Amino acid sequence: MYDLTRRGALSIGAGALAAGMLPAGRARAAIPVANVQPPRQPIESGATLRVLRPTKFVDADETIFRANTAKFTQQTGVQVRVDFAGWEDLRPQTAVAANTGAGPDVVVAWADDPHIYADKVLDMTELATYLGQKYGGWLALPQRFGKKWGTDQWIALPMGGSGGPCVYRISWLKEAGFDSLPTDHAGFLRACQALKKNGHPAGFALGNAVGDGNAFCNWLLWSHGGMVVDEAGKVAINSPETLNALKYSKELYQTFIPGTLSWGDVNNNRAYAAGELGLTQNGVSMYFSLKNDPKTAAIAEDTGMARMPLAPGGKMAENVLLLNALAFKHTRFPNAAKEYLRFMMEVEQYDPWLVGCGGYWAHPLAAFAESEVWKNDPKIAVYRDTNTVEFWSGYKGPISQASGSVAADYVVVQMFAAAASGQSTPEEAVREAERRARRYYR
Amino acid sequence: MSVTTGPVTNWRRPQVQQGWLARLFDSKIFLIIACLTPAMGLLVVFLTYPLGLGIWLAFTDTHIGRDGVFIGFENFESLWYDRVFWGAVFYTVFYTGVATALKFALGLWLALLLNENLPFKSLLRAIILLPWIVPTVLSAIAFWWIFDAQFSIISYVLVDKLGLLDHYIDFLGTPWAARWSLVFANVWRGIPFVAISLLAGLQTISPSLYEAALLDGASSWQRFRRITAPLLMPILAVVLTFSVLFTFTDFQLVYAITRGGPINSTHLMATLAFQRGIPGGQLGEGAAIAVSMIPFLILATLFSYFALARRKWQQGGDDE
Repeated sequence: MYDLTRRGALSIGAGALAAGMLPAGRARAAIPVANVQPPRQPIESGATLRVLRPTKFVDADETIFRANTAKFTQQTGVQVRVDFAGWEDLRPQTAVAANTGAGPDVVVAWADDPHIYADKVLDMTELATYLGQKYGGWLALPQRFGKKWGTDQWIALPMGGSGGPCVYRISWLKEAGFDSLPTDHAGFLRACQALKKNGHPAGFALGNAVGDGNAFCNWLLWSHGGMVVDEAGKVAINSPETLNALKYSKELYQTFIPGTLSWGDVNNNRAYAAGELGLTQNGVSMYFSLKNDPKTAAIAEDTGMARMPLAPGGKMAENVLLLNALAFKHTRFPNAAKEYLRFMMEVEQYDPWLVGCGGYWAHPLAAFAESEVWKNDPKIAVYRDTNTVEFWSGYKGPISQASGSVAADYVVVQMFAAAASGQSTPEEAVREAERRARRYYR
Repeated sequence: MSVTTGPVTNWRRPQVQQGWLARLFDSKIFLIIACLTPAMGLLVVFLTYPLGLGIWLAFTDTHIGRDGVFIGFENFESLWYDRVFWGAVFYTVFYTGVATALKFALGLWLALLLNENLPFKSLLRAIILLPWIVPTVLSAIAFWWIFDAQFSIISYVLVDKLGLLDHYIDFLGTPWAARWSLVFANVWRGIPFVAISLLAGLQTISPSLYEAALLDGASSWQRFRRITAPLLMPILAVVLTFSVLFTFTDFQLVYAITRGGPINSTHLMATLAFQRGIPGGQLGEGAAIAVSMIPFLILATLFSYFALARRKWQQGGDDE
């Protein structure tokens, strides 16, 4: 809890500091902006707002978000209180707000939540259209999660996505005989095998890891053309594509460092930082924490980042964790809420945040591909296209409570863990996953 | 129809001039209600209501963010065919059984040792309590590191320092290794409670009994078997019950160390209920899993009730 009225000055100071360090002024100039009039949303007099969002992962995420909020207060006089919730608490807290009709007016929620409470959130169509027109259009994933399923009605404003491309040691990959990371599955497997032979194994989380486990296993499934459910939401996981993915995972698992079945979200970061891991999959935060620590700067220097092997048709198939902002209908100040979101998404505020976070929350609007953040360090450019992904948790079905439950119960992760480790055959594993998925999609 | 005439009343009870308040406080029924209400209120609000709500939820299809409707035993039916659930039931029973047995064997042993005349006795007792005092999550994180696949201190010592093994131990990566690792962590945490409670019990046993036994030429095993064990039995029963209840409903250790993995082999009913209920959003199903724990817990409580009822042990007599 943080009262911006009292500490506004402090936050602005921090923001100015951050903006000073990162050449935000120059960055802004580079972003192409179309001349579009913002929607008329006269702020109600005496408006105040409560905002709930997930807690920071990198410091700048919080400081710049607060600074931008303070700027909004300064310009509009609307007092805004921002609460930061733990990542696992955010969903229940959003649920309580939706059910009781009290609490935060605006929630920067996880991707699915606006869809679960679709009848309780404000329509964002006008605002989203404006932002889309101004900033070169919404990317594929934000379109998927911003619009109500099967319609063109916007119910949320995606704010940023965290992706997980492949992260590897350049010199070790070279030593293994690969100048760059192969983009096909067979080549990727060969690279991992060669790395393993040289004592630099790959490692991907196969434990109950919310972020990394789902990232790796969803990639396996999607990149082989598999899906949990079809367009109609009918369970369709038991397919030849899934079996192929499972067989592939079994071979890939042989190249892993021991113990990945018990890995949570931090194990790969630790093992990579200790130099025990040759290749893994992660958000951009790991690279920056390695780079900023003198002890591990050499590892960061030797770190390359590339797309995981693509799905059929050359599509990127990486799992993205999306921030999806919503405003509840129960708010007494709907215009203030929408204005706040518009303000936060405008280039003057959004770009410093994007740059400050080092691209951790990749942009949902196409124009920000020109942001300085993707040019400061060419290595992280692979994170730039995070939100162009056309796969989503619960692919290829509607975004619903069921897709969220399947993910939370680690149905896909455990299917791969069981088959990869040989604890069950691919056929058994997929049948078990099918049975479990059906319990939710009934 | 009432005829109220002042003089009549006066005639009947001339001296009694108590106010209504005094009379109220003289009333036994009122006093009972007045004294019980706060306690009852607390129990109803903080125990009965949540328990009742939990049981009600188990019979609905409530999701987080959506009210449910009554669906009878559907949740339980669906759980009946759910292998993950039965795996959790199995591991909960295994975890409770093995961990409790070990805690009692080792705790009793520790209590007997501490009951001897040792130097620095009180300091030792304080140290023994440490694992129990440390917040569970903290010790869970410590064990998480100890059992880590890459950075385990045990593996490091065995492989890199002593050279006894040629590969790191995968504590949490295979089902049985993970199950035993968690049991070990739970035992480590639970021993102090058992040891200190039993030590308190041991100290209530009069030394004169042992002296008399010594004079009769009883061996130390006989003294343990005939004096210590029967006199310790009542407190043993209480401690056992508590220990079983704590272990059965354990959540933090498992959630912090494995989250139920690898592949659900270490899910306890409590962790599975949470995973399905809160992150999974299926409140009804989560509640149903939690409610399924109740029969086990009632059995444990009944056991304690009947064990406690056999007070004659305390006097060294036979049971009925």
